[in-house]
Amino acid sequence: MVSSNETSHLAACKCWPAIPALCLTLLGGFAGERSAFAQKPLMLQPTIEHNYQTHPYQGQLKADDGQWIRPAKDYASTRYSSLDQLNASNVKTLKLVFTFSTGMTHGHEAAPLVVNNTMYIVTPFPNNLYALDLTKPGAPMKWVYEPLPTPASQGVACCDVVNRGASYDDGKIYYNTMDDQTVAVDAITGREVWKTRVGDINRGESMTMAPLVVKGKVLVGNSGGEFGVRGWLTALDGKTGKIVWRAYTAGPDKDVLIGPRFKPFYPQDRGQDLGVKTWPPDAWKIGGGGVWGWISYDPQLNLIYYGTANPGPWDADARPGDNKFTSGIFARDPDTGEAVWFYQFSPHDLYDYDAVNENILLDLPINGQNRKVLVHPDRNGYVYVMDRTTGEVLSANVFAPITTSRGVDLKTGQLQYVEEKRPITGKVVQGLCPAAPGAKDWQPSAFSPRTGLLYIPHNHLCMDEEDLTPNYIAGTPYVGANVRMYDAPGGYGGEFTAWDPVEGKVVWTNQDHFPVWSGALVTAGDIVFYGTLDGWFKAVDAHSGILLWQFKTGSGIIGQPTTYKGPDGKQYVAILSGVGGWAGAIVAGGLDARDESAALGFANAVKDLPHYTNKGGMLYVFALP
Amino acid sequence: MCSLFLKFCAGFTVLLSGITAIGQTRELRVCADPNNIPFSNMEQEGFENRIATLVAEDLHAQLTYVWQRMGRGFVREYLDGSRCDLLIGIPSGYRSVLTTIPYYRSTYLFVSRRAQRLDFAAGFNSPDLHRLKIGVQVLEEEYTPPGEALARRGLQGAIVGFDTAGDGAGSIVQAVANRQVDVAVVWGPLAGYFAQKYRGSLVLTPVEPEVDPPGLPFTFAISMGVRKGNVSLRNEVEAILSKREGEIRGILNQYGVPQLPLASIAKSAGEVN
Repeated sequence: MVSSNETSHLAACKCWPAIPALCLTLLGGFAGERSAFAQKPLMLQPTIEHNYQTHPYQGQLKADDGQWIRPAKDYASTRYSSLDQLNASNVKTLKLVFTFSTGMTHGHEAAPLVVNNTMYIVTPFPNNLYALDLTKPGAPMKWVYEPLPTPASQGVACCDVVNRGASYDDGKIYYNTMDDQTVAVDAITGREVWKTRVGDINRGESMTMAPLVVKGKVLVGNSGGEFGVRGWLTALDGKTGKIVWRAYTAGPDKDVLIGPRFKPFYPQDRGQDLGVKTWPPDAWKIGGGGVWGWISYDPQLNLIYYGTANPGPWDADARPGDNKFTSGIFARDPDTGEAVWFYQFSPHDLYDYDAVNENILLDLPINGQNRKVLVHPDRNGYVYVMDRTTGEVLSANVFAPITTSRGVDLKTGQLQYVEEKRPITGKVVQGLCPAAPGAKDWQPSAFSPRTGLLYIPHNHLCMDEEDLTPNYIAGTPYVGANVRMYDAPGGYGGEFTAWDPVEGKVVWTNQDHFPVWSGALVTAGDIVFYGTLDGWFKAVDAHSGILLWQFKTGSGIIGQPTTYKGPDGKQYVAILSGVGGWAGAIVAGGLDARDESAALGFANAVKDLPHYTNKGGMLYVFALP
Repeated sequence: MCSLFLKFCAGFTVLLSGITAIGQTRELRVCADPNNIPFSNMEQEGFENRIATLVAEDLHAQLTYVWQRMGRGFVREYLDGSRCDLLIGIPSGYRSVLTTIPYYRSTYLFVSRRAQRLDFAAGFNSPDLHRLKIGVQVLEEEYTPPGEALARRGLQGAIVGFDTAGDGAGSIVQAVANRQVDVAVVWGPLAGYFAQKYRGSLVLTPVEPEVDPPGLPFTFAISMGVRKGNVSLRNEVEAILSKREGEIRGILNQYGVPQLPLASIAKSAGEVN
């Protein structure tokens, strides 16, 4: 996550950033700062497959009931719908059916859920939950639930006061509030069933992630790596809201819930109390490692999978060691929370590479053998394919420009950092790719079993760490590095990429002027939906990426598209528009685009965004005429 | 101990009085930390409160406080968001705001027990540091410059972190007096104010040299800040800072704020920037 006081709202958002040694006061800058590349540094680029044959998926996916009850659609996190009314030949006639204004102007990242002919949307702070009746024309509001989180919690959200949505289970809608409460709301009446405080804003904790409900347990995690929090994942009893277990990211084994079942694949992750020993004394207590991203679940193995955020403080020299178990992935037993394996994508993270991105659970042929895998596009620029039973890395291939590492050693599992790109306080380090928000931030991918491709919305950004600037927190001054982000070579800030997880190659990619900060959705009609920061909601061909249809919404899109079968039997597609988040804070927060340091340096990379879009949250729902 | 409720009411009353004054008198809206002595608090007991009162007097304005801790996003939400117009204490050259001329300059200091006779003449290269437990301030996710200087010398293991905002502000100095740590490296205003309680038994030694190369400064000049573009208020405030220089110095002295000559500010800012 991110840092520097003012500017910073972003990152932690998980944000992010860690640019080391300091605190990022991210600065932005002007175009033309490509000088960083004049020296032709090593840069890994994705491989593109030009003669691609579709490889349909052979594994099993959960049957689809036409609803959308959790942000990732299924436990495997595919965001794939078997609805096929919309296809390449008719999608061009897609029409707007109804809209609904949230009345809010911060970033809208949530997925609209559909359960029992009711749509549920969670807004950014103050985290209202709206229920819309899909059986009536125009989908009128049934009720609104207002949790009234304390306004002070806005101050501890790193990267805009977003919320990534709710989950439905057992007649209740579950979600988290910015001020660290998990709530259960009766899906029919809108009445609060329980509300449990699971964190403390006074310790810098906030909550932005969407829960996953597994076997009656509501799994939730905290945000706030920028504020020196101690990260955790917590399971609450879905009926009562009582805390069943809590697994910390760092600290002694008993806190991390590491016991006899813990069998990491690589030796560097084995040993007693690594969550203490891989830090300076006591540093793990404020070491970050929040859990603000996505959780997947394999019912057969009875394991959950989730990533941990970057370590704190930014100054990596202040925390020598691998800083376990930050910037990595845990497999745990959802009943007890016990850790089963762990792998660290970015040991001793130097660049704010949180590992909280989605894990898609698939069965794929790897080197001729069918393997139970998880596919994880990481902030550090590699798509990892891992054996999800053991934690072994089977492949790690480049999906965006990388200069900060040379690859992943598949024998040892170690990321190979580039020494010259190591940030040092007071030293200018240029051409760091990916930038702090990573090759890809939280924005979730989708997988189609029909094409066998993963559809990845992502960033195409690099950054420089420049001179130091004075900063302060509550009366005490310090210095932070100015971080300035800018487009990676090619002159564009984002991409939407179709990725073959078996071959480890790009099949096609659509460039976008801005980072693509929305989620993805793919359907059995072979249509992929996503939105852009300047407000276009797009349908593209799943095989070729060719644009089939687009609609300009009122604000930039950072939400997650979903699709469902309405009570009339028709297929609908829903998206929340409303720019913000780390990437869109320049609009949602009304930042001054001339301030290079705004939004932890992200503002520079999107400085023309205010010319393209304005803030304001609105639901858009489309269908064929 | 004063209850949160009372503090809240006090703040609310102040806010109301500010609102009623609108229309008759000019209003000066100052953003300040509600609980951060010696800088400011809702009871207006901090030196920044005292200096704000001076400025408001000279502007013939009604002083109104907007209470908010200065953390991440603060300038954007509060100053740029027009909830307040003036910040009393921020580092000169802070990029997100328009800063005035500085009105004091201070430094990080080594705080140790006199009886222990530690020698910090060589700053962070003092051999003594290698066998000590060293308190440093932790700012959310950041280390203060002394924390970084220690890390550069491989002394991370010696660091004991202290959260010095709010109720725990004095804890780092107290920890030296109570022998929880051997030495602490503390920002001047905090060190000076809280060391007053232990008069005589603690020694304060400014960190020297002022910059740990490359580019890590221990001294900072402090200015007031206004919204970018608000040049007229900046100019008015600068005139007051010049005119009231002596009184401001007196207030700072009363709170024990260690001050360095302002003359070398230009040099210091140059190094930082």
